[in-house]
Amino acid sequence: MIKFKNYVKAESLEEAYNLNQKKSSVIGAGMMWLKVQSRIKMTLVDLSGLGLDGIEETDEEFVIGAMCTLRQLEIHEGLNEYFPGLFKECTRSIVGVQFRNGATAGGSIFGRFGFSDILTCMLALDTYVELYKGGIIPLEEFCRQKFNRDILVRIRIKKDGRRALYASSRMTKTDFPLIACCVSATDETYYVSVGARPGKAELTVIKRKEASGLKELAELAADHFHYGTNQRGSGEYRKHLTEVYVKRLFMALEREEG
Amino acid sequence: MQIEFTLNGRLIYEETSDDETLFHLLRRKGCYSVKCGCETENCGLCTVLVNGVSRLSCSYLAARADDCDVVTLEGVQKEAEEFGSFLAAEGAEQCGFCSPGLIMNVLAMEKELDSYEKEKVKEYLAGNLCRCSGYMGQLRAVEKYLSRGENRNEC
Amino acid sequence: MNVKMRTVNTSVKKKDAKALVTGKPVFTDDLAPGDCLIVKVLRSPHAHALIRQIDTDKAKKVDGIACVLTYQDVPGKRFTMAGQSYPEPSPYDRLILEDRMRFVGDAAAIVAGETEEAVDHALRLIKVDYEVLEPVLDFRKAKDHKVLIHPEDSWESLCPVGADNHRNLCACGGEEHGDVDGLLNQCDYVVEQVYHTKANQQAMMETFRAYSYLDAYGRLNMVASTQVTFHVRRILAHALDIPKSRIRVIKPRIGGGFGAKQTVVAEVYPAIVTMKTGRAAKIIYSRYESQIASSPRHEMEIKVRVGADKNGILQAIDVYTLSNTGAYGEHGPTTVGLSGHKSIPLYRTPRAFRFAYDVVYTNCMSAGAYRGYGATQGLFAVESAINELAEKIGIDKVKIRELNMVREGDIMPAYYGETLKSCALDRCMARAKEMMEWDKKYPSVDMGNGKVRGVGVAMAMQGSAISGLDVASVELRLNDDGFYTLMIGASDMGTGCDTTLAQVASDCLECDLDQIVVHGTDTDVSPYDSGSYASSTMYLTGMAVVKACGEMRDKILDKGAEYLSCEKDTLEFDGNRVWQPTSGLEISLKDIGNKAMCSNNKMLSAGASHTSPVSPPPFMVGMAEVEVDQETGEAELIDFVAVVDCGTTINPNLARIQTEGGLAQGIGMALYEDITYTDKGQMIQNSFMQYKLPSRLDVGNIRVEFESSYEPTGPFGAKSIGEIVINTPSPAIADAIANAAGSRVRELPITAEKVYREMKF
Repeated sequence: MIKFKNYVKAESLEEAYNLNQKKSSVIGAGMMWLKVQSRIKMTLVDLSGLGLDGIEETDEEFVIGAMCTLRQLEIHEGLNEYFPGLFKECTRSIVGVQFRNGATAGGSIFGRFGFSDILTCMLALDTYVELYKGGIIPLEEFCRQKFNRDILVRIRIKKDGRRALYASSRMTKTDFPLIACCVSATDETYYVSVGARPGKAELTVIKRKEASGLKELAELAADHFHYGTNQRGSGEYRKHLTEVYVKRLFMALEREEG
Repeated sequence: MQIEFTLNGRLIYEETSDDETLFHLLRRKGCYSVKCGCETENCGLCTVLVNGVSRLSCSYLAARADDCDVVTLEGVQKEAEEFGSFLAAEGAEQCGFCSPGLIMNVLAMEKELDSYEKEKVKEYLAGNLCRCSGYMGQLRAVEKYLSRGENRNEC
Repeated sequence: MNVKMRTVNTSVKKKDAKALVTGKPVFTDDLAPGDCLIVKVLRSPHAHALIRQIDTDKAKKVDGIACVLTYQDVPGKRFTMAGQSYPEPSPYDRLILEDRMRFVGDAAAIVAGETEEAVDHALRLIKVDYEVLEPVLDFRKAKDHKVLIHPEDSWESLCPVGADNHRNLCACGGEEHGDVDGLLNQCDYVVEQVYHTKANQQAMMETFRAYSYLDAYGRLNMVASTQVTFHVRRILAHALDIPKSRIRVIKPRIGGGFGAKQTVVAEVYPAIVTMKTGRAAKIIYSRYESQIASSPRHEMEIKVRVGADKNGILQAIDVYTLSNTGAYGEHGPTTVGLSGHKSIPLYRTPRAFRFAYDVVYTNCMSAGAYRGYGATQGLFAVESAINELAEKIGIDKVKIRELNMVREGDIMPAYYGETLKSCALDRCMARAKEMMEWDKKYPSVDMGNGKVRGVGVAMAMQGSAISGLDVASVELRLNDDGFYTLMIGASDMGTGCDTTLAQVASDCLECDLDQIVVHGTDTDVSPYDSGSYASSTMYLTGMAVVKACGEMRDKILDKGAEYLSCEKDTLEFDGNRVWQPTSGLEISLKDIGNKAMCSNNKMLSAGASHTSPVSPPPFMVGMAEVEVDQETGEAELIDFVAVVDCGTTINPNLARIQTEGGLAQGIGMALYEDITYTDKGQMIQNSFMQYKLPSRLDVGNIRVEFESSYEPTGPFGAKSIGEIVINTPSPAIADAIANAAGSRVRELPITAEKVYREMKF
């Protein structure tokens, strides 16, 4: 369990940023993951007083505050209308309602956790993160960055017309995923994101014409990733699951097209 | 640090260390219904309501409760007894250690959901683990409790 | 005594229900005094090591630290933490602290202080110099391994269980009846397979915990979340090397046990702190500690050979069990017995059987008692083998059981030669078959979407108390106004025995349930009871209640005769009054109770002990329906049907919840709950994040019915219910998956990947 000396509820992003430049500081989001770590810090910086807990919808995008909870993502009408069922599907298996009332979108994305359903889902969408100093950059680029002491302020998901579906395999219904897959589609292109391999989610983009059938296309997509073994499953099995689930998501998207 | 919050309807001024959890604070304040089952946010035993929303008090900083409205089972004794009587009628409270957390989440669910289909109820309560009952009796109790109004009309 | 059932067989609410559902402070940690010292244990990071040196100077200087104890500070007499009757079959292989570490998590030091912060700080300041030794982690290689887990001369086995610490053997033995090999050679069909079950955690929601203090008489008072109050007293006396008379143990409400709390996991730590400091002291195990240093199920590998003739009639069965007791031997010699004794007797037909076993020490976490107690492991193996045999013969898996199952009146050679006086196993099977629509669904149905549904079946038995050993006692007192106090020594662990035993008493005494006040267990007050384990509470303590009530009725008649000045044999007692039918003379129970408070030489109290020469088995049939994804191997439990014969159900609702709860635990064991170790011996599933209990979304639909027999030696015809209910899910689900997937997994838990590998290769 994490221990710290000082709790500071930041009054501005500037204050939070400055506090966070010290190695002995840490940003507290939902505190779900942070809490179970055995770390000792001087200062915990809380962003909850900065009005970052909403979801704003414009014609072009969804703007999700870093402190917005997973439960808000799960039940947000706008998100569920634009991406039918997607956010419900990628959140509903995360422990329980009480947990999702605490865990935040910002914490999930900033942590870039291997097991993150949220990261897997958002990576397959046209998603950007807004960093206090680093500005707005594509989520995929953020995923490749090393951890630094910047602050994730908002997540922006563009309404670029992609349709997306999500699937995961879990040992129990509320366990971490054994594999997490999200596929989105435009006319020509599939964006395939796979997490819990068990490494953090990565994205591959493939054209429909790259393979003859959806099965082959799924295998092509699955080939793009590296898989590893942990107590939940072997790398080999994870690759197999990826092939199966990505194929099924392709097929479901194709069915939707009619 | 000093915080000020409402606990079960009463305004509380309390000294808390910066990294104390709400769970510890509540037990310190005599809210013994709040239990800890896991320390890793998986079991739901420590569920309380913060500003009407069900939260895991084991991972909620006491400092963040400043200015909030916190309710534990001690503050909803009437409701606890009402739902609890359905639970007991099934024998589904068993050891009773997970009952307070379950009841808090059932009360949150009753307020939040507009309909109570079985699957929806199960999903809402999935974060409340129980090792005694096998869940079926709890579910029977929840169903009977949620439809109690209908039965009353029949009588 | 011939009495009508009025309260028995009705679903009254538990007496403690209201306190529990309103969250009243009734559990150990809720009751602990505010000024208790906080006790924590420094745990070994090594699976096998010797402490060369342990430096506690700095730790002792931390502000608020009351004591830091090491192996140099504890008594040198070995004991066992197993909650069993003396002399315990479990070897005396423990000290409170020792210089040898035998698993990751073993106790290296004890720290007690005013606050948790101070104790945590002190723990970090203890410097231990370990000599790391080679660990024995593979239980298949442990027997006669060159590395010994318990080389010490002071190791002692009190009972002849085949233990030998110089061979890493906690127990070994076996028995044979008839010519097993000869008969198997003549069989038309023989199955020979090996099955593997893991060290599941009971994972009761309330972790291990206890607090202690010295009372006004200078005696050690221990308030513990335990199933074995009296055994705690004895074990503490052994561990602390003080007389039993100086110890009192009290059990408050406890947050689940399932056998975990039949081992004295945590009590010794606060006890020794209180003895050393004179201060109240408490220990609350974290979930992490409860996962890595507790008393889980014994991991077992079981080899089964079973053969049948061409008609599917079983001829012989041969079971060999290898059991992993881990670092210490708690319940090691006894659990293993049930893997054969509660599986082989399910079948009446075999003309020969053999059962042999080895129980080995390893550098894994020590095992203990978990609901089912070895029967669960044995039944997974034997019932799976029977299913495989049916496949080989080509007959229906229900049919093979109908042909061979044990029946009422049978003498069971593999069950201590007991005669089966009550058995509705055949009716259980018939009803389960109907409920599952077996004939329509067996063996599998292709759903046409890449998914196949399969059904599977298993039977189970357990015992009711340990025959000729367990003792239950109760005392009953009549108070003024005519209410009774029922003092029991059995521990209600949430299952409701305080209520169900009162139900028995209320029918025997023909009074309302509210007239019976039940006092929970306190060794200073309660009569001796071996404890709430071995499925003994209702069967054994229930009979003690029946006996005590009979005696009480007799004493009430005596008093009535005295007060009415009538001959006793002309009087009757109807629960409310003693009266003379011929004359109409009467005196109410209330008046008797009140009158006896003055000028009375005879106390209106009755006490009875009960032990049983037999252990009548409850029976059960479980059927599972699963849906298996043919591409991924993922199996979803759809439906689990169970029909139970526990004799008379004293409280049908509580019996149903017991069954549903036990099934859910069994489902967890079958599908989700794994225990694995790193090559350094660290247990990986050390939290609820990694050890996956089934949530309410993981247990499918569970449907339970009862087919009651009447057990003449039990109270109102009752047998046991607590343990048997965990036994059917593993074999039934394994079989359902095998029927759907077309290939079988023989190691628990049955994960999707294992199914996938079996399907693919």
